[in-house]
Amino acid sequence: MGNGTRIGRVRGLGSAHEGAHHWLLQRFTAIGNLILVLWLVFSLAMLPDYSFATVYGWLSSPFSATAMVLLIISTFWHARLGMQVMIEDYLGGANRFAAILLLNLVFLSLGVFGVISVIRIALGGA
Amino acid sequence: MGHPTGAAKRPLSPHLSIWKWGPAMAVSILHRVSGNALAVAGLAVLLWFVGAIAGGAASYETFQSVMGSPIGIIVLIGISWSFFNHLMSGIRHLVLDVGAGYEVERNNRWSVITILLGILLTALFWAVIILV
Ligand code: HEM
Repeated sequence: MGNGTRIGRVRGLGSAHEGAHHWLLQRFTAIGNLILVLWLVFSLAMLPDYSFATVYGWLSSPFSATAMVLLIISTFWHARLGMQVMIEDYLGGANRFAAILLLNLVFLSLGVFGVISVIRIALGGA
Repeated sequence: MGHPTGAAKRPLSPHLSIWKWGPAMAVSILHRVSGNALAVAGLAVLLWFVGAIAGGAASYETFQSVMGSPIGIIVLIGISWSFFNHLMSGIRHLVLDVGAGYEVERNNRWSVITILLGILLTALFWAVIILV
């Protein structure tokens, strides 16, 4: 393993053996986002007004609540995968490790918060 | 910098200033910018939206008055553009993934169309919100 040329520095390191899986999940969740966020965009555009009663009535139906939970899972997963790629492009070593750890913690926690909120709406807790 | 070994020796991606600008480079960086804008601002507003509804009428009204203010509307326009831009360049990604569209001429043309479609759809979306 050489130190001189750039190609020499990466030759022989091999792959990280996780890339293809990450790449594929990014595509699956992209299709999920495509369908689910377009559903959200059309739903919001078609609501007669944005009063609490209207929005609550819309989101508390089993269909909307299910779609919104799926949307939160798909977008948070996709965003987490995507932001990891960005971190890997610009950070190395311990900084990279810490940033990805933080990313996972934040996105998992926030995603759970979102899902719990929708469940609460769907079950009429508010 | 010492002599790191193994994975630590992998080089980082060159930064923005290294690349030569062109249509494909522009969609690529806009895909990154809009994707991350959605991940940060878009998901934050989405969470606040569902969290506020779950909290009841009063918390929803707070959300509504902030997002309905001029600054709120600007943020929402930015998020909607990010979505439509990322959607178009995302579909472009999926087309390129199957191996189509790499001829220089076609690639450049569709890069420009992708960016224009993102802007057009954003305008269309707000026209529907305001007019319908
Ligand atoms: C609306 C919620 C969405 C969020 C929050 C989001 C977020 C992101 C982020 C942060 C990235 C990483 C960007 C980068 O590394 O440069 C990304 C990448 C990607 N997004 Fe999205 N995205 C969303 C919707 C979509 C949709 C609807 C599609 C497809 C039609 C899509 C397709 C892609 C693809 C293919 C990549 C990978 C690009 C690559 O391999 O370099 N995304 N997204």
